[in-house]
Formats: sequence, C-alpha cells, structure tokens
Amino acid sequence: MRPGKLLLTGAHRGAILVYVVFALFPLFWLLKVSVTPNDLLYSEGVRMWPSRTTFEHFDFVIAHSAFPTFFKNSLIVSGATAIVVTILASLSGYALSRFSFKAKYWIVALMLITQMFPLVMLVAPIFRMLSPLGLTNSLTGLVIVYSAFNVPFATFLMQSFFDGIPKDLEEAAMIDGATQFVAFRQIILPLTLPGIAATLGFVFTAAWSELLFALMLISGNDAATFPVGLLTFVSKFSVDFGQMMAAGVLALIPACLFFLLIQRYLVQGLTAGAVKG
Amino acid sequence: MMHQSMKQNRPPLRKRIADASEPYLYSAPALILIVAVMLVPLVVGISYAFRDIQLLNPFSGGFIGLDHFRALSQDDAFFGALRNTLWWTGASVFFQFTFGLILALLLDKPFYGRGLVQALVFLPWAVPSFLAGLNWAWLFNPVIGPLPHWLYALGLLDEPHNILSDPHLAMWGPIVANVWWGIPFFAITLLAALQAIPRDLYEAASIDGAGPVQRFMSITLPFLAPTIAITVLLRTVWISNFADLIVVMTNGGPADRTQIVASYIFTQAFKRLDFGYASAIALVLLVLLLVYSMLIVLLRQTMLNKG
Repeated sequence: MRPGKLLLTGAHRGAILVYVVFALFPLFWLLKVSVTPNDLLYSEGVRMWPSRTTFEHFDFVIAHSAFPTFFKNSLIVSGATAIVVTILASLSGYALSRFSFKAKYWIVALMLITQMFPLVMLVAPIFRMLSPLGLTNSLTGLVIVYSAFNVPFATFLMQSFFDGIPKDLEEAAMIDGATQFVAFRQIILPLTLPGIAATLGFVFTAAWSELLFALMLISGNDAATFPVGLLTFVSKFSVDFGQMMAAGVLALIPACLFFLLIQRYLVQGLTAGAVKG
Repeated sequence: MMHQSMKQNRPPLRKRIADASEPYLYSAPALILIVAVMLVPLVVGISYAFRDIQLLNPFSGGFIGLDHFRALSQDDAFFGALRNTLWWTGASVFFQFTFGLILALLLDKPFYGRGLVQALVFLPWAVPSFLAGLNWAWLFNPVIGPLPHWLYALGLLDEPHNILSDPHLAMWGPIVANVWWGIPFFAITLLAALQAIPRDLYEAASIDGAGPVQRFMSITLPFLAPTIAITVLLRTVWISNFADLIVVMTNGGPADRTQIVASYIFTQAFKRLDFGYASAIALVLLVLLLVYSMLIVLLRQTMLNKG
C-alpha cells in the first residue's frame, strides 16, 4: 500500500473507533453504575470501574421487586404491538406500493400528518374514549394505542420494501390464475421477510420504550410496563440509582437483542426500495 | 367470484367493483385504526383548545372561544419556549444529520468487521429515550459522571460543574443526548440510500479524472438529496415534538432556559392539569409544523422537477 492510502485507511478506522466509543460509552456507564455497591456510588462516582463490584442490585430487582411483572407486561405489549402493526402495515404498504388509486395521496397525507402533532394532545381524549370500553388499565388498550401510533411509519417502511420487489413476479402468478391477494401472500410476502423482520424490530423497540401513554392509561402495578416500573424506583425507594440502573440494564437486553438482529435487514430493505424509487 | 358467462369484453361489473375496491380493502384496517385512535382524538383535542378543560375542576368544560389563544399571545414563557424549540431542533437535526452522514459514508466502505461495527454504532437507537436521558444526566453530573471533568481538562469549562444547571449551557445537555440517540436513524437511512447508488458511476467519474470531492459533490449528493429532504423533514417534526429527554434531564430549567414548546405543553397538561391551554399550545405547534412541512415538500418537488 502507498503511504497516502495507508494514512487514509488509518483515518477511516480511527473515525470508526470514535463512533463506536461514543455509541457505547453511555451504555458502559449504565452497566458500571448497576454493579457499583451503594457505599461506593458517590465516593468512586467518577472512577472508570469501581474497586468492588456487586450483583446485589440485580438480585434485588429480580427477586424482591415487581420488575419481573413489568418485564412480562412489556414483552406482551411490545410483542403484540409489533405483530399487529406489521400485519396492518404490510397490507397498507402493499396497497400504496402496487395500486394507483384516487385516495392514495389523501392516505399518505393523513399518515404524514399523524407524525406531526404532539401526542400529548391525545392523552385526555384517548383516556375518555377507552375508559368506558374498559380498556384503560389494560394491556389490550395499550396495544391498540401503540399500534395506531406506529402504523403510519411502518406503512412507509413496508412500502419502501415492496417497492424493491419487481412487479413482474405477481403479474406472472396472476396470469396463471392466482388472485392478487394470493400472489401477495404466497410470492411477495416471503420475499419481503427481511423487511418484515425490520418492521417487527422497529415497532418492538418503539413500543418497548413508550412512557407517556403507559403512564397515563395504566394505574397500579399489575398492568404497568417497565418504563413506568422504572419510575416507581424513583418514588418508592427514594431514587435508588443502583437498582434503577440494574433494572435499566435488564430492560435494555430484549430491545438491544431485537435491534441487533434486525438492523442489517433495515439497511438491506431500504436499499432495495431506493433502487427503484 | 368471476362470471365466466358474461358476453361483453369489458370485465363484469362485479369484477370491476372488486378491482376498484381492492386497494381500499388492503389499507382499510390500518386506516380504521388511525382514524379511530388518532384522528378522532385529535379532533376532540382541538376542540379542547377552545374550551376550559381543567382536570380536578368539575366546573370547567365550558366553551370559551379564543380566550386561550389571547392568553397565549401574551405568554412570554411560550415565546421563550418557541425560541428554545428552534434552537433545540435546529442544533439536534444539524448534528444528527452531519454525524449520521459521516457515519453512513464510513460504513459504506467495505472493511473487516463491518457488520459488527454497524450493529454497535446503531445500538443507541434501541435505548428507551427516558433511560437515555437519565443516563446522560448522570454523565453530566460532576459527582457521579466523568464528562464535566473531561471538559474541564480540555479547557472547555472553568471548573467541573454540571452544565445542566448552568443557564447558558444547559440546552447542550439534552442536545448531546439527542444527537447520541438520533445519529443511527440518519446513518441507517442514508447508508441505505448510499448503497443504492450504482457503483459504475463512480468508476466512470474516476476515469474522467474527477477527484473524491468532485465525485461526492456531483454524484453522491444529488443521489442522496431526495432521501436527505424526507429524513430531515421527518426528524425536524419529530424532534420539535420530542420532550422526553428535556423532561427527564432538566425539566425545562434552569429558569426555563431549556423549556421547549413540547415540554411546555407537558408542563401545562400534567403539572397544572390545564388541558385546554395545553391543547391550544399544541394546536399552534401543529400549525407551525404543517406550514414548515409544506414548504419542505414544495422545495423537494421543485428540486425533483429540476433534476
């Protein structure tokens, strides 16, 4: 290699390293606080790693708090939301990708506008709507609300994935006598599996971290999701940061696992869409 | 379903109706959900802006016309929040976009371990926003976080104090957290757009003697322009509505220096329980964002027409 090229490669790897450190350092700090014993929390507050580590915070959170319930509720809500949204968004994304019809621009405009208003504005009306239906303080209510919030962006995402698949495929199937829906289900959907994985992951992480509506629609521990649960650490135990961070670390695990699995499909799927659009 | 016995060449009526309604059937479930859970509450929420809605006050609920908007036009805290929103949104989008674009360009080059690096640098996106806020608040606290000491060592701070309680610097705290959290979004979408650019264009340009800067300006940027326009639009709208980090890290303080419109709405609704006034502010924000979006869409349209 020529020295100029070597220098360039070095700069490239160096810049990458800076990004990796910047992305991971706050997560490292979270982990560090969660294993620091309470008596060292402040005295060794700025050390890179405490002189003693402990798992007592994790122990407490798993064995003596309502955290496992929160965790289970969050898994149910986020999983159900991800599945519902992905099914609805596949259908509507397919409609936007394959058909040209009169209301198309209105649908796109409607979905864009939903991205624009402060969701805080909806808290009181939604509460009043769901309350007589018995859907406040229930996981089902949360799934419905989160599904509606995530469908517009997921539709655009799925549309871009469908745009990447040539139309000839289902046209050939339809000449052979299949209806468009059969062609969609049996030919197009299997080809969009990476896109479906990406949408599932995207919605799962979004629902996993939602706090505002979880806080407003749910009262009581039985149906609380983990973001609300984290806040109870603030009030109940006069901000026990070690326990809170331990709960935070545990809560990060599913979201991060999901995200690690799907992030490359996200780039792949969007690339395919961009080729055509 | 099909009437094979029909004599005309035109498809039978039932089939034509079925064909015409097909896209609506696909989009109906999503639309019904959006209309029921977002649009209807939005209309109700807008009506609150013209009513006196205070939780815990049983005598409220009456129609008061434009009173909220009159109060709003004299509310200095609101105009301060509007200025802060511009600053917060502008700086966040600018840095997220710039660092996101650089990251996308770095990841576009093949290298050993790229898959792993990509997974790691995109990870902040998966962190729940309020947890990110809490964690960054720790990092900025001189007793338990290293950042003030590093900034002091670099000569950026006179003493290692908490910038979140410094009126002149406080806004930088949430902005840094937001940049950390939002870089992956830009990097993912821009990387996807970059990988869709045909490689032979670059080869042809190199043969014609174009340098790296020239290639970037005349191939990469024009190809990215539509993606840039739409992602910047979406992010700007999201970030101006995004109060989580500010509520968690500074709660609008010190002295309202980090209060943005979105967090001000939050304060009005959940601290003062004045949903009417909160809805009026939210409506103003919505109108501003709509106007902004239309300008961007027009700009994009003229750009596409030129290209």
